[in-house]
Amino acid sequence: MTSHSTKKHSKTLWAILIATASMNTPVHAENTGKSILDQQCVSCHTLSLTTPQTVEQLWESKGPDLSSAGVKYKSEWMTNWLQKPVRIRPAGNFYANHIKTGEKSDVIDKATLVDHPKLSSNDAKLVVDELMTLKHNQQLVKQGDYQPGTISMTLGEMMFDKFKGCLACHQIEPGYGGLSGPEVYTAANRLQEDYLISFLRNPQAWEPKNIMPNKNLKEIDLQKLVHYLRALSKEDFK
Amino acid sequence: MRPSFFIISISIWSLIMTTDAGATTAERNYKTYCVQCHGLDGRGNGINVTDMSTQPRNHTDAKEMSARTDEELFKVIKEGGQAIKKSVLMPPWSSTLSNEEINDLVKYLHTLCKC
Repeated sequence: MTSHSTKKHSKTLWAILIATASMNTPVHAENTGKSILDQQCVSCHTLSLTTPQTVEQLWESKGPDLSSAGVKYKSEWMTNWLQKPVRIRPAGNFYANHIKTGEKSDVIDKATLVDHPKLSSNDAKLVVDELMTLKHNQQLVKQGDYQPGTISMTLGEMMFDKFKGCLACHQIEPGYGGLSGPEVYTAANRLQEDYLISFLRNPQAWEPKNIMPNKNLKEIDLQKLVHYLRALSKEDFK
Repeated sequence: MRPSFFIISISIWSLIMTTDAGATTAERNYKTYCVQCHGLDGRGNGINVTDMSTQPRNHTDAKEMSARTDEELFKVIKEGGQAIKKSVLMPPWSSTLSNEEINDLVKYLHTLCKC
Protein backbone atom coordinates (compact mmCIF):
# COMPACT_ATOMS: atom_id res chain seq x y z
CA MET A 1 0.00 0.00 0.00
CA THR A 2 1.47 3.39 -0.97
CA SER A 3 1.57 6.40 1.36
CA HIS A 4 -0.89 8.17 -0.99
CA SER A 5 -3.38 5.37 -0.66
CA THR A 6 -2.91 5.28 3.15
CA LYS A 7 -3.67 9.04 3.36
CA LYS A 8 -6.78 8.56 1.22
CA HIS A 9 -8.01 5.77 3.45
CA SER A 10 -7.26 7.82 6.54
CA LYS A 11 -9.36 10.74 5.19
CA THR A 12 -12.26 8.40 4.44
CA LEU A 13 -12.03 6.90 7.92
CA TRP A 14 -12.13 10.36 9.52
CA ALA A 15 -15.10 11.34 7.38
CA ILE A 16 -16.98 8.23 8.49
CA LEU A 17 -16.07 8.80 12.14
CA ILE A 18 -17.18 12.45 12.04
CA ALA A 19 -20.45 11.55 10.27
CA THR A 20 -21.16 8.78 12.76
CA ALA A 21 -20.32 11.01 15.74
CA SER A 22 -22.61 13.76 14.53
CA MET A 23 -25.45 11.26 14.13
CA ASN A 24 -24.97 9.99 17.69
CA THR A 25 -24.53 13.38 19.34
CA PRO A 26 -27.53 13.80 21.65
CA VAL A 27 -29.73 16.56 20.28
CA HIS A 28 -31.97 18.25 22.87
CA ALA A 29 -35.39 17.28 21.54
CA GLU A 30 -37.88 20.12 21.28
CA ASN A 31 -40.82 19.74 23.65
CA THR A 32 -44.12 19.05 22.00
CA GLY A 33 -47.52 19.17 23.64
CA LYS A 34 -47.68 15.40 23.43
CA SER A 35 -44.23 14.88 24.94
CA ILE A 36 -45.07 17.16 27.88
CA LEU A 37 -48.37 15.36 28.44
CA ASP A 38 -46.69 11.95 28.24
CA GLN A 39 -43.88 12.94 30.60
CA GLN A 40 -45.59 15.19 33.14
CA CYS A 41 -49.34 14.65 33.10
CA VAL A 42 -50.21 10.98 32.65
CA SER A 43 -49.33 10.00 36.21
CA CYS A 44 -52.50 11.81 37.35
CA HIS A 45 -54.60 12.26 34.20
CA THR A 46 -55.87 9.82 31.61
CA LEU A 47 -55.64 10.85 27.97
CA SER A 48 -57.46 7.89 26.46
CA LEU A 49 -60.81 6.63 27.66
CA THR A 50 -60.04 5.01 30.98
CA THR A 51 -62.29 7.35 32.91
CA PRO A 52 -63.42 5.69 36.17
CA GLN A 53 -65.82 2.90 35.23
CA THR A 54 -65.98 1.46 38.75
CA VAL A 55 -66.10 2.90 42.24
CA GLU A 56 -62.63 1.46 42.88
CA GLN A 57 -61.23 3.36 39.88
CA LEU A 58 -62.93 6.51 41.13
CA TRP A 59 -61.07 6.22 44.44
CA GLU A 60 -57.79 5.70 42.60
CA SER A 61 -58.20 8.66 40.22
CA LYS A 62 -55.89 11.59 40.92
CA GLY A 63 -57.01 14.12 38.33
CA PRO A 64 -59.77 14.72 35.79
CA ASP A 65 -59.91 12.51 32.71
CA LEU A 66 -58.56 14.56 29.79
CA SER A 67 -59.56 12.21 26.97
CA SER A 68 -62.35 14.61 25.99
CA ALA A 69 -60.53 17.86 26.81
CA GLY A 70 -61.14 19.22 23.31
CA VAL A 71 -64.92 19.20 23.71
CA LYS A 72 -64.91 20.07 27.40
CA TYR A 73 -62.54 22.91 28.25
CA LYS A 74 -62.14 26.45 26.94
CA SER A 75 -58.62 26.70 25.54
CA GLU A 76 -57.98 30.30 26.61
CA TRP A 77 -58.92 29.55 30.22
CA MET A 78 -56.84 26.39 30.27
CA THR A 79 -53.75 28.11 28.84
CA ASN A 80 -53.92 30.72 31.61
CA TRP A 81 -54.78 28.21 34.34
CA LEU A 82 -51.84 25.93 33.54
CA GLN A 83 -49.51 28.87 34.12
CA LYS A 84 -51.21 29.91 37.37
CA PRO A 85 -53.06 26.85 38.64
CA VAL A 86 -55.50 27.33 41.52
CA ARG A 87 -57.66 24.72 43.22
CA ILE A 88 -61.07 24.24 41.57
CA ARG A 89 -62.28 21.36 43.75
CA PRO A 90 -61.98 22.43 47.40
CA ALA A 91 -61.62 18.82 48.56
CA GLY A 92 -59.41 17.60 45.73
CA ASN A 93 -60.14 15.46 42.70
CA PHE A 94 -62.13 12.89 44.69
CA TYR A 95 -63.30 14.39 47.97
CA ALA A 96 -63.46 11.10 49.90
CA ASN A 97 -59.67 10.75 49.73
CA HIS A 98 -59.21 14.13 51.41
CA ILE A 99 -61.57 14.36 54.40
CA LYS A 100 -61.34 13.63 58.10
CA THR A 101 -63.62 13.98 61.09
CA GLY A 102 -63.65 17.44 62.66
CA GLU A 103 -65.05 19.02 65.80
CA LYS A 104 -68.54 19.90 64.52
CA SER A 105 -68.47 18.29 61.10
CA ASP A 106 -66.08 16.49 58.77
CA VAL A 107 -63.37 18.75 57.36
CA ILE A 108 -61.00 18.79 54.42
CA ASP A 109 -57.67 17.18 55.25
CA LYS A 110 -55.55 19.88 53.62
CA ALA A 111 -52.28 18.02 54.26
CA THR A 112 -53.37 15.42 51.69
CA LEU A 113 -54.04 17.92 48.89
CA VAL A 114 -51.42 18.27 46.17
CA ASP A 115 -50.93 21.49 44.19
CA HIS A 116 -51.03 21.28 40.40
CA PRO A 117 -47.63 21.91 38.73
CA LYS A 118 -47.13 25.22 36.90
CA LEU A 119 -46.20 25.28 33.24
CA SER A 120 -44.31 27.98 31.33
CA SER A 121 -46.29 30.07 28.88
CA ASN A 122 -44.81 28.19 25.93
CA ASP A 123 -45.41 24.73 27.42
CA ALA A 124 -48.96 25.67 28.41
CA LYS A 125 -49.75 26.66 24.82
CA LEU A 126 -48.23 23.45 23.45
CA VAL A 127 -50.14 21.30 25.93
CA VAL A 128 -53.44 23.04 25.28
CA ASP A 129 -53.03 22.73 21.49
CA GLU A 130 -52.56 18.99 21.99
CA LEU A 131 -55.40 18.67 24.51
CA MET A 132 -57.82 20.40 22.16
CA THR A 133 -57.33 17.51 19.71
CA LEU A 134 -58.59 14.96 22.30
CA LYS A 135 -62.29 14.49 21.69
CA HIS A 136 -63.15 11.01 22.84
CA ASN A 137 -66.74 11.67 23.89
CA GLN A 138 -67.43 14.06 21.04
CA GLN A 139 -70.62 12.16 20.18
CA LEU A 140 -72.15 13.21 23.51
CA VAL A 141 -71.88 16.91 22.67
CA LYS A 142 -74.19 18.56 20.18
CA GLN A 143 -72.76 21.77 18.80
CA GLY A 144 -75.25 24.58 19.40
CA ASP A 145 -77.07 22.62 22.12
CA TYR A 146 -76.74 25.61 24.40
CA GLN A 147 -78.87 28.50 23.25
CA PRO A 148 -77.52 31.75 24.72
CA GLY A 149 -79.92 33.55 27.02
CA THR A 150 -80.08 35.23 30.37
CA ILE A 151 -81.50 34.69 33.83
CA SER A 152 -81.51 37.06 36.80
CA MET A 153 -78.98 36.23 39.51
CA THR A 154 -81.81 35.96 42.06
CA LEU A 155 -83.79 33.45 40.01
CA GLY A 156 -80.63 31.59 39.03
CA GLU A 157 -79.57 31.20 42.65
CA MET A 158 -83.07 30.12 43.71
CA MET A 159 -83.02 27.49 41.04
CA PHE A 160 -79.50 26.30 41.90
CA ASP A 161 -80.22 26.13 45.63
CA LYS A 162 -83.91 25.86 46.53
CA PHE A 163 -85.35 24.17 43.45
CA LYS A 164 -82.56 21.81 42.38
CA GLY A 165 -80.37 21.48 45.48
CA CYS A 166 -77.05 21.85 43.63
CA LEU A 167 -75.65 24.13 46.36
CA ALA A 168 -75.36 21.06 48.60
CA CYS A 169 -72.12 20.09 46.84
CA HIS A 170 -70.98 23.19 44.93
CA GLN A 171 -69.82 26.67 45.91
CA ILE A 172 -71.50 29.57 44.08
CA GLU A 173 -69.00 32.07 45.47
CA PRO A 174 -65.75 31.65 47.39
CA GLY A 175 -66.61 30.26 50.83
CA TYR A 176 -70.32 29.65 50.20
CA GLY A 177 -71.73 26.25 49.29
CA GLY A 178 -70.78 22.59 49.40
CA LEU A 179 -67.21 21.38 49.18
CA SER A 180 -67.29 17.92 47.62
CA GLY A 181 -67.87 19.10 44.04
CA PRO A 182 -66.00 21.65 41.94
CA GLU A 183 -66.71 25.36 42.46
CA VAL A 184 -69.28 26.51 39.93
CA TYR A 185 -68.65 30.25 39.95
CA THR A 186 -65.81 29.67 37.49
CA ALA A 187 -67.50 26.81 35.57
CA ALA A 188 -68.55 28.87 32.55
CA ASN A 189 -65.05 30.32 32.26
CA ARG A 190 -63.56 26.84 32.27
CA LEU A 191 -66.05 24.73 30.35
CA GLN A 192 -67.66 24.89 26.95
CA GLU A 193 -71.40 25.58 27.19
CA ASP A 194 -72.43 22.68 24.94
CA TYR A 195 -70.41 20.34 27.19
CA LEU A 196 -72.12 21.74 30.29
CA ILE A 197 -75.55 21.01 28.79
CA SER A 198 -74.48 17.47 27.90
CA PHE A 199 -72.91 16.75 31.30
CA LEU A 200 -75.83 18.18 33.29
CA ARG A 201 -78.27 16.21 31.14
CA ASN A 202 -76.55 12.90 31.90
CA PRO A 203 -73.38 12.92 34.04
CA GLN A 204 -73.19 9.13 33.99
CA ALA A 205 -72.86 9.11 30.18
CA TRP A 206 -69.52 10.85 30.80
CA GLU A 207 -68.44 8.99 33.91
CA PRO A 208 -70.62 6.10 35.08
CA LYS A 209 -69.54 6.32 38.73
CA ASN A 210 -69.18 10.10 39.02
CA ILE A 211 -70.47 11.48 42.34
CA MET A 212 -72.58 14.00 40.41
CA PRO A 213 -76.12 12.59 40.50
CA ASN A 214 -78.42 12.74 37.51
CA LYS A 215 -81.13 15.18 38.60
CA ASN A 216 -83.25 14.35 35.54
CA LEU A 217 -83.43 18.01 34.59
CA LYS A 218 -85.83 19.26 31.94
CA GLU A 219 -84.28 20.71 28.79
CA ILE A 220 -85.47 24.22 29.68
CA ASP A 221 -83.86 23.93 33.13
CA LEU A 222 -80.56 22.76 31.61
CA GLN A 223 -80.50 25.96 29.58
CA LYS A 224 -81.42 28.12 32.59
CA LEU A 225 -78.70 26.56 34.73
CA VAL A 226 -76.06 27.31 32.11
CA HIS A 227 -77.41 30.89 31.82
CA TYR A 228 -76.86 31.14 35.58
CA LEU A 229 -73.34 29.67 35.41
CA ARG A 230 -72.46 32.19 32.71
CA ALA A 231 -73.83 35.03 34.83
CA LEU A 232 -71.86 33.79 37.86
CA SER A 233 -68.63 33.63 35.87
CA LYS A 234 -68.90 37.35 35.13
CA GLU A 235 -69.12 38.27 38.83
CA ASP A 236 -66.03 39.71 40.48
CA PHE A 237 -65.51 37.77 43.70
CA LYS A 238 -62.03 39.08 44.47
CA MET B 1 -70.63 -36.77 52.64
CA ARG B 2 -74.23 -37.36 51.61
CA PRO B 3 -75.27 -35.42 48.46
CA SER B 4 -78.14 -33.57 50.22
CA PHE B 5 -75.84 -32.38 53.01
CA PHE B 6 -73.30 -31.26 50.41
CA ILE B 7 -75.91 -29.22 48.50
CA ILE B 8 -77.21 -27.58 51.69
CA SER B 9 -73.62 -26.67 52.72
CA ILE B 10 -72.91 -25.10 49.35
CA SER B 11 -76.19 -23.15 49.46
CA ILE B 12 -75.47 -21.75 52.93
CA TRP B 13 -71.93 -20.85 51.92
CA SER B 14 -73.20 -19.06 48.77
CA LEU B 15 -75.78 -17.16 50.84
CA ILE B 16 -73.10 -16.03 53.31
CA MET B 17 -70.78 -14.95 50.50
CA THR B 18 -73.56 -13.02 48.71
CA THR B 19 -74.59 -11.26 51.91
CA ASP B 20 -70.95 -10.35 52.64
CA ALA B 21 -70.46 -9.03 49.11
CA GLY B 22 -73.62 -6.92 49.40
CA ALA B 23 -72.50 -5.49 52.75
CA THR B 24 -69.03 -4.69 51.39
CA THR B 25 -70.46 -2.99 48.31
CA ALA B 26 -72.92 -1.03 50.46
CA GLU B 27 -70.18 0.22 52.77
CA ARG B 28 -68.08 1.20 49.72
CA ASN B 29 -71.02 3.02 48.10
CA TYR B 30 -71.87 4.75 51.39
CA LYS B 31 -68.29 6.02 51.71
CA THR B 32 -68.29 7.11 48.07
CA TYR B 33 -71.65 8.87 47.69
CA CYS B 34 -73.23 9.42 51.12
CA VAL B 35 -70.51 10.64 53.48
CA GLN B 36 -70.10 13.94 51.63
CA CYS B 37 -73.33 15.04 53.39
CA HIS B 38 -74.10 12.38 56.00
CA GLY B 39 -70.54 12.30 57.34
CA LEU B 40 -67.79 9.75 57.82
CA ASP B 41 -69.57 8.51 60.96
CA GLY B 42 -73.05 8.82 59.45
CA ARG B 43 -74.09 11.47 61.96
CA GLY B 44 -75.33 13.96 59.36
CA ASN B 45 -72.21 16.11 59.55
CA GLY B 46 -70.33 15.70 56.26
CA ILE B 47 -68.05 18.32 54.69
CA ASN B 48 -70.97 19.84 52.77
CA VAL B 49 -73.26 20.71 55.68
CA THR B 50 -72.10 24.21 56.71
CA ASP B 51 -74.27 26.18 54.27
CA MET B 52 -77.16 23.73 54.01
CA SER B 53 -80.64 25.07 54.79
CA THR B 54 -81.72 21.59 55.93
CA GLN B 55 -79.28 19.37 57.78
CA PRO B 56 -78.80 15.81 56.51
CA ARG B 57 -80.32 12.90 58.43
CA ASN B 58 -78.25 11.48 61.27
CA HIS B 59 -78.08 7.80 60.32
CA THR B 60 -76.94 6.77 63.79
CA ASP B 61 -80.11 8.15 65.42
CA ALA B 62 -82.19 5.02 66.06
CA LYS B 63 -85.33 7.01 66.92
CA GLU B 64 -85.30 9.08 63.72
CA MET B 65 -84.28 6.18 61.52
CA SER B 66 -86.93 3.86 62.97
CA ALA B 67 -89.56 6.36 61.84
CA ARG B 68 -88.82 5.42 58.21
CA THR B 69 -89.86 2.18 56.55
CA ASP B 70 -87.44 0.31 54.30
CA GLU B 71 -89.67 1.24 51.36
CA GLU B 72 -89.27 4.92 52.20
CA LEU B 73 -85.51 4.58 52.61
CA PHE B 74 -85.29 2.79 49.25
CA LYS B 75 -87.42 5.47 47.62
CA VAL B 76 -85.49 8.43 49.05
CA ILE B 77 -82.16 6.98 47.91
CA LYS B 78 -83.48 6.10 44.45
CA GLU B 79 -85.64 9.14 43.73
CA GLY B 80 -84.32 11.82 46.08
CA GLY B 81 -85.68 13.76 49.07
CA GLN B 82 -88.65 15.27 47.28
CA ALA B 83 -90.03 11.80 46.52
CA ILE B 84 -90.92 11.45 50.22
CA LYS B 85 -91.66 15.17 50.74
CA LYS B 86 -88.21 15.84 52.19
CA SER B 87 -85.36 18.14 51.17
CA VAL B 88 -84.32 18.66 47.56
CA LEU B 89 -80.74 18.64 48.85
CA MET B 90 -80.94 14.84 48.94
CA PRO B 91 -80.48 13.92 45.26
CA PRO B 92 -81.80 10.88 43.36
CA TRP B 93 -79.21 8.14 42.89
CA SER B 94 -81.20 6.04 40.40
CA SER B 95 -78.73 6.70 37.57
CA THR B 96 -75.73 5.86 39.73
CA LEU B 97 -76.81 2.85 41.79
CA SER B 98 -78.72 -0.30 40.83
CA ASN B 99 -81.84 -1.38 42.75
CA GLU B 100 -79.75 -4.14 44.33
CA GLU B 101 -77.12 -1.65 45.48
CA ILE B 102 -79.85 0.59 46.93
CA ASN B 103 -81.39 -2.37 48.77
CA ASP B 104 -77.96 -3.19 50.20
CA LEU B 105 -77.60 0.45 51.30
CA VAL B 106 -80.95 0.24 53.13
CA LYS B 107 -79.63 -2.81 55.02
CA TYR B 108 -76.38 -0.95 55.72
CA LEU B 109 -78.34 1.95 57.25
CA HIS B 110 -79.79 -0.49 59.78
CA THR B 111 -76.27 -1.36 60.89
CA LEU B 112 -75.49 2.34 61.40
CA CYS B 113 -78.56 3.07 63.53
CA LYS B 114 -78.45 -0.35 65.17
CA CYS B 115 -82.19 -0.47 64.59
